[in-house]
Amino acid sequence: MSETQMTGAEIVLKALVDQGVDVVFGYPGGAVLPIYDALHQQNHLRHVLVRHEQGAVHAAEGYARSTGKVGVVLVTSGPGATNAVTGLTDALMDSIPIVCLTGQVPTHLIGNDAFQECDTTGITRPCTKHNYLVKDVNHVARTLHEAFYVARSGRPGPVVVDLPKDIQFAAGEYTPPEAVTHKTYRPKLSGDAEALEAAVEAMANAKRPIFYTGGGIINAGPEASDLLTELVRETGYPCTNTLMGLGAFPASDPQFLGMLGMHGTYEANLAMYHCDVMINIGARFDDRVTGKLSEFSPNSTKIHVDIDPSSINKNVRVDIPIVGDARTVVKRMLEIWRARRYKPDAAALRAWWNQIQVWRDRRSLSFHQDMDAGAIIKPQHAIKRLAQMTAERAQTRNDVFITTEVGQHQMWAAQHIPFDRPNRWMTSGGLGTMGYGFPAAIGVQMGHPDALVIDVAGEASFMMNLQELSTAAQYRLPVKVFITNNHWMGMVRQWQELLHGERYSESYMDSLPDFVKLAGAFGAVGLRATKVGELDDVIAEMIATDRTVIADIHVDQNENCFPMIPGGKAHYEILLGPGDGLQEATPEDGMVLV
Amino acid sequence: MPPTQEPIERHTIAVLVDNEPGVLARVIGLFAGRGYNIESLTVAEVDARSQRSRITLVTRGTRMIVEQIKAQLDRLVPVDRVTDLTDEGPCVERELALLKVRGGREDLVQTLRISDFFGARMVDSSNESFVFEITGETAQIDAFIHMLEPYGLCEVSRTGVLAVAKGPLGIGDLQAVSE
Repeated sequence: MSETQMTGAEIVLKALVDQGVDVVFGYPGGAVLPIYDALHQQNHLRHVLVRHEQGAVHAAEGYARSTGKVGVVLVTSGPGATNAVTGLTDALMDSIPIVCLTGQVPTHLIGNDAFQECDTTGITRPCTKHNYLVKDVNHVARTLHEAFYVARSGRPGPVVVDLPKDIQFAAGEYTPPEAVTHKTYRPKLSGDAEALEAAVEAMANAKRPIFYTGGGIINAGPEASDLLTELVRETGYPCTNTLMGLGAFPASDPQFLGMLGMHGTYEANLAMYHCDVMINIGARFDDRVTGKLSEFSPNSTKIHVDIDPSSINKNVRVDIPIVGDARTVVKRMLEIWRARRYKPDAAALRAWWNQIQVWRDRRSLSFHQDMDAGAIIKPQHAIKRLAQMTAERAQTRNDVFITTEVGQHQMWAAQHIPFDRPNRWMTSGGLGTMGYGFPAAIGVQMGHPDALVIDVAGEASFMMNLQELSTAAQYRLPVKVFITNNHWMGMVRQWQELLHGERYSESYMDSLPDFVKLAGAFGAVGLRATKVGELDDVIAEMIATDRTVIADIHVDQNENCFPMIPGGKAHYEILLGPGDGLQEATPEDGMVLV
Repeated sequence: MPPTQEPIERHTIAVLVDNEPGVLARVIGLFAGRGYNIESLTVAEVDARSQRSRITLVTRGTRMIVEQIKAQLDRLVPVDRVTDLTDEGPCVERELALLKVRGGREDLVQTLRISDFFGARMVDSSNESFVFEITGETAQIDAFIHMLEPYGLCEVSRTGVLAVAKGPLGIGDLQAVSE
């Protein structure tokens, strides 16, 4: 080996360091042993040993979403790669920047059905933004730098780099990041000038406007949230966020209407239906948001800002499309609004807010909690108390991070925990991955060692990745798992009750573990509340405990998540509670929708 | 997409791609994964120096679907440029086909007459068979095949559609989807 030469494994680690990586989530195996050997001999990168590769990807996602950096995963070939697939798909759907390094059998064995071989680039092609198989050690550094560029540029996403074992052993040259540019990939960042002018003019002429913003704002960095907040406040218009966009606009602001969509607030959904100008920034008209497409906001002029041209006119035909980065575009909108001295139509806006107030007065998120100390805990109450008891810390220190699993608890968390800042809310939106929240919380805690990181969980979701308790224990991560335990796959049970004649097929979680004992088995702290009178003490103790905690909160088993727009229904057909009569109301074509 | 009454359009799309492993699989996988139609697809390297390949594909869909197809193609990282030749005015479309007929002397004589009429070239002959080469528009080749069928047509091999815009503008001068 000449002086400037390094092994492929060393090149991999140097490229990661040069890309600013400080932590890697991974699991070793035969095809990545050279990289693990090189890891053992350096001090720049921390490695977090997960207990399942899916956990590694979710942890990297949590890390990425809470820090704004690219999350990095290192797994072996074959099962290591296939176990990562769920996490990669999750990251693709939610546009999270991830670089996932997979080991591969040596190049001369590729295609031979070798031990722990799989067609990694073939399997991950549809679930990554891009992927690479590196067959020359001199291309390792270049490919890795390119992978980071692709992962974080434009609409972010996961990128897989498949590294055969012989390439990791071979000696080659290192290429520094500055020397690498992608041949053709150049996402468009600044919106079209004419479209921007037209959009701001339409905004200024609106009588019933609404800002509908999503994860694109979060992905464009904290400055995009600040600019959005400035723009919304300057116009005086109402603003609603998608599940992915929570925190982009302060929830405590009176102009915030709450989340929209299937389990969104009455006022947000009705305002979407009745608005005359819709300003969509960084959201993608997901089916959870639009409901019945043919009746989606039928009388509005639609402005759609998205960095991904394929999101525009995919589900909903828009009037003013703008392809660009949310930060750049919102900044420009604000400049145009000011330069043209636009003023909202004050009378119309007052009437619009009056109407919104009428909808707000329905108090669509209300629930009844019996406050008798022995009363059973409503899940909404548990989550609301969690929010209230962490609110001061969130305001003063801005270091409360919430992740969730998937299901009813996720929707209640989105409804009842207010987020005033971006990057504090990590949830699996597009793919809806049960088991996401706990490993994601581990990733968040790695990025923010002193922060309060809470996984709001359901017991069924938590069971899907609870092996990561061992990871949390090993790295002494004081992650809190707040289980709203109703002994059911709650959302499945809800749909079965409301749409399938109360036939609860396989949705009861029988033979659950004793979560307090389970915590003890992993060296964590287990707490339990079964009555309202115990709840606050358990939350307080959970927050005060500087160790991994499982708080097992037994909640009302029959509670359903409302409001709810049933599949195939329009926004105005939103149901506010159990009295609203659902089964008769759902058309057959709606039943087939998920 | 909900069912729609919009008319179905046929579009010929040129896609310039970096000639790297898997790029064709990405394009085909996109069509399969998202349920789009491919009527024909051809691919070959067109610039060895910059390692660029050109994919010409013909697809059918409503206007909204065709726009979505182009946007999805353009979004693939190794795709450099997507141009809708159908939208960019008239274009020359050509296919090449090799057709084998096998039969008795009388049938073969008959196929020679037909091939003359279509401007096809005989590129191989034996006592009991001919191979014809024909270049033309898809409909013309369809017609030639149809005419040969009664006379012992036993093998058809077609390239699928290639296309370039008419007039002086090159692919680099035409409107790309991302512009």
